[in-house]
Amino acid sequence: MNVEIRIQETPLDALSEVPPVYLGRPSVGGVVSFIGLMRDVNQDAHITKMVLEHYPGMTEKALAEIVAEAGERWDLAGVRVVHRVGELRPQDPIVLVAVASRHRGEAFRACEFIMDYLKTRAPFWKKEHTDAGAAHWVDARDSDTEAADTWHQTQGARSDRDDMPSAHPSTAGEAGST
Amino acid sequence: MIRVLYFASLRERLGRDAETLGDPPQTLADLRTVLVGRGGVWGEVFAEDQAVLAAVNQEMANPEQPLTDGDEIGFFPPVTGG
Repeated sequence: MNVEIRIQETPLDALSEVPPVYLGRPSVGGVVSFIGLMRDVNQDAHITKMVLEHYPGMTEKALAEIVAEAGERWDLAGVRVVHRVGELRPQDPIVLVAVASRHRGEAFRACEFIMDYLKTRAPFWKKEHTDAGAAHWVDARDSDTEAADTWHQTQGARSDRDDMPSAHPSTAGEAGST
Repeated sequence: MIRVLYFASLRERLGRDAETLGDPPQTLADLRTVLVGRGGVWGEVFAEDQAVLAAVNQEMANPEQPLTDGDEIGFFPPVTGG
């Protein structure tokens, strides 16, 4: 499995990131890609700017572990994950996940799995700035935790992952997420 | 010595992104108790009812995780990437 993982401050040209996942690998039958975009609205506030912070070093390790786990579950030819940090504007791509496989089913499932786990395990944090001049850190969403947990329940959890600490403990402090 | 890093809202509230501490407390939970003991905003940020996550040497860790000399510990809020 060919893997490329990048964290970058420069703009993400998402479409140009897809062909390298399959070019030169004629056994690939399909590529599934996901592009996450910055929205201009969150909880009724108009968002003009977002600043993404991460934990250098840990981020790359966490993403590599998530991609490796996807590679254990499905037969994948190539995976590319590129995530922005720094300052973003509405409609800027935040993240690209592209997965190449012999058959579409594996690529579809692996792409969603990687995104679900990225959202709960990779140490990124978003701070939104509103047009009123205010700034706030984005709350984690319970629905993201539930999406990641689904993979444990329906796909069969690997025993050594059962006690994996979740990055979204269901404790206080997360009220207000939708 | 251990290196302790603070990220995102924790870094802002504490006014600090990193520090070096002497002999490591026995576990991650013990370290959190030490930080709460500083009082003020430290007591608020690391209070038991606050959702604070931690990594030891850049791996997500549970409160029972033992600490050893040379460890890098990161504290941060629930993640919001993607």
